[in-house]
Amino acid sequence: MRLAITGLQVSFGTRRVVDVDELHVGAAEIVGLAGESGSGKSMTTLAVLGLAHTVGATVGGSITLDGTELTGLSQRQLREVRGRRIAAIFQSPATAFSPVFRLGAVVHRALRLHGMSKSEATEAASRAMRQVLLSPGLLDRYPSQLSGGQLQRVAIAIALALRAEVLLADEPTSALDVTVQAEVLELLRELRDANGMSVLFISHDLAVVAELCDRVAIMRQGRIVEQGPAARVLSAPADAYTADLLAAVPVIRAEAGP
Amino acid sequence: MTAETGRDAGQPVSAVPARAGDPPEPSAALRPDSFVTGPWLLDISELAVRFGPVRAVDGVSLQLPPGPCGLGLVGESGSGKTTIGRAALRLVPTSAGIVRFAGKDIAGLRGKALQDYRRAAQIVFQDPDGVLDPRMRIGATIAEALVAHRMAGRRAAAEQARALLAEVGLDPAFAARYPHQLSGGQRQRVSIARALSVRPRLLVLDEPTSALDVRAQAAILALVTRLRAQRNLAYLLITHNLAIVSELCEQTAVLYLGRVAESGPTDALLGNPAHPYTRALRSAVPELDGPTAARVVLPGDAPDAANPPPGCVFHPRCPLAVDRCRAEVPALRAVRPGRLAACHRAEEVLASSSASPGRAPASTAEGSPPGSTAAAPPA
Repeated sequence: MRLAITGLQVSFGTRRVVDVDELHVGAAEIVGLAGESGSGKSMTTLAVLGLAHTVGATVGGSITLDGTELTGLSQRQLREVRGRRIAAIFQSPATAFSPVFRLGAVVHRALRLHGMSKSEATEAASRAMRQVLLSPGLLDRYPSQLSGGQLQRVAIAIALALRAEVLLADEPTSALDVTVQAEVLELLRELRDANGMSVLFISHDLAVVAELCDRVAIMRQGRIVEQGPAARVLSAPADAYTADLLAAVPVIRAEAGP
Repeated sequence: MTAETGRDAGQPVSAVPARAGDPPEPSAALRPDSFVTGPWLLDISELAVRFGPVRAVDGVSLQLPPGPCGLGLVGESGSGKTTIGRAALRLVPTSAGIVRFAGKDIAGLRGKALQDYRRAAQIVFQDPDGVLDPRMRIGATIAEALVAHRMAGRRAAAEQARALLAEVGLDPAFAARYPHQLSGGQRQRVSIARALSVRPRLLVLDEPTSALDVRAQAAILALVTRLRAQRNLAYLLITHNLAIVSELCEQTAVLYLGRVAESGPTDALLGNPAHPYTRALRSAVPELDGPTAARVVLPGDAPDAANPPPGCVFHPRCPLAVDRCRAEVPALRAVRPGRLAACHRAEEVLASSSASPGRAPASTAEGSPPGSTAAAPPA
């Protein structure tokens, strides 16, 4: 198991917001973590990134990456893991980029921080941009000059350039148009298949999870109520709450024929 | 005056006799019936809106009958759907075209007529936090609109606010709470209650559920469905989510770069698209039954609205584009009874969509325009 979460507990004071017995993501696997607002999905992401303390939460339990325990690491050690081995993309790609810097400056800084030389960083950035189907020339632009979908692809490009093994994607397409969303989902599938990337995909949209994920875990009030192969969980849910969520997904009622 | 009275109305609402669960029937006196009732409640004709060189809306005509009914406006960011909604409310200056509400050109409304129209046409935004003042109690926020339109005194407005909360499925006791004490879905109900408070005939719903998670969204969709019948509402629903127009709108217009690509009855339009753009949008929608087999991938992004391509504006991304599409702007024309499409090859698209929905007809050899894989916009 590439990323394994066992007995994870995240609390604010005495209030426990995440209580996950077990969740794992294998190599070249996309696992969906689905649930409503406030179910603890994003706190789980923050805990994996070692950032839960920044919002005042305490973390207990075990998070391992290829067998290495992450929970006890110092911030210095964690910096080696974050970005390099575990990358994250968020709902609003605009917040990942400072509006006053050209994209290239932000991308380069991330790569240089992780030990690349100037020329290596330039090379890696261009390669990664092409991999996400963007022209490397866009790196000379400012964030405001790109669309939301393009920015999200640049955020993914940083993860690629650093050769991250695990991508935490927290609602990465919720702010995007449906056509752009389709492109980003396609890109994630390609990264799984071609690069063997593991993805923990956090979403409240079960239709997107059904499209993309190999397995899915349904979260409610901090706990995982059900997990299993996406096709099984979403077609024959074992838990009543999963069925409830599924019933809430709006469906297209279309009339076939001329 | 508005803000003052609004804040005053925030006095303890518990003093008001409860009329919860008993939403007042729209009384004849309160209905904005000073309007001449024509066949269309909203009639948008050849509307154009320019922002400098950007043609945000470029010759759009749409009609909406009196409620209960819904017209969906769908398209990507930058397609002009929100601008059309704003123009229907006279919130943006138009460059050309006429918007008629109940038979009257809204550009010419002044004084009392303008006030009546402002009351009769309301909007609900994606983000309810833009509507709710964080320092005002919920009841006061709702009552403010009633008082501003002189539809009720303060005490009566506070009472009506509680009834409206009940009508949108919230506990009337929420009137005493502040916005931050409510969830996103609850706040959106409050903004709907506020819009409904002045008894509008037309609502513009601008991405009303896009900020909500799936259960809150389902609750809002059910609420709109109930209210439209109870209140005879007509609405423009602006969204990028085709499943939502499918649930709420009889008619749908698909917009691309400020123009109508296709319009018609929602079920027929989504089941058997006549425009390649509709088909691409339709195929991009994720569905619960897993990956769609035949996805129509659109290369690149929508073109620059300040500098639209010649011919059909969709041709640089269209898998079916031929020479004619690059030269000649396709007219929006009837392709089936009640259905319009702006595509030279609409008949072929219809025929192939009905043969196997979602499956593209064989692409022509010249189908893929040069440089279409690079997503970079024109420099």
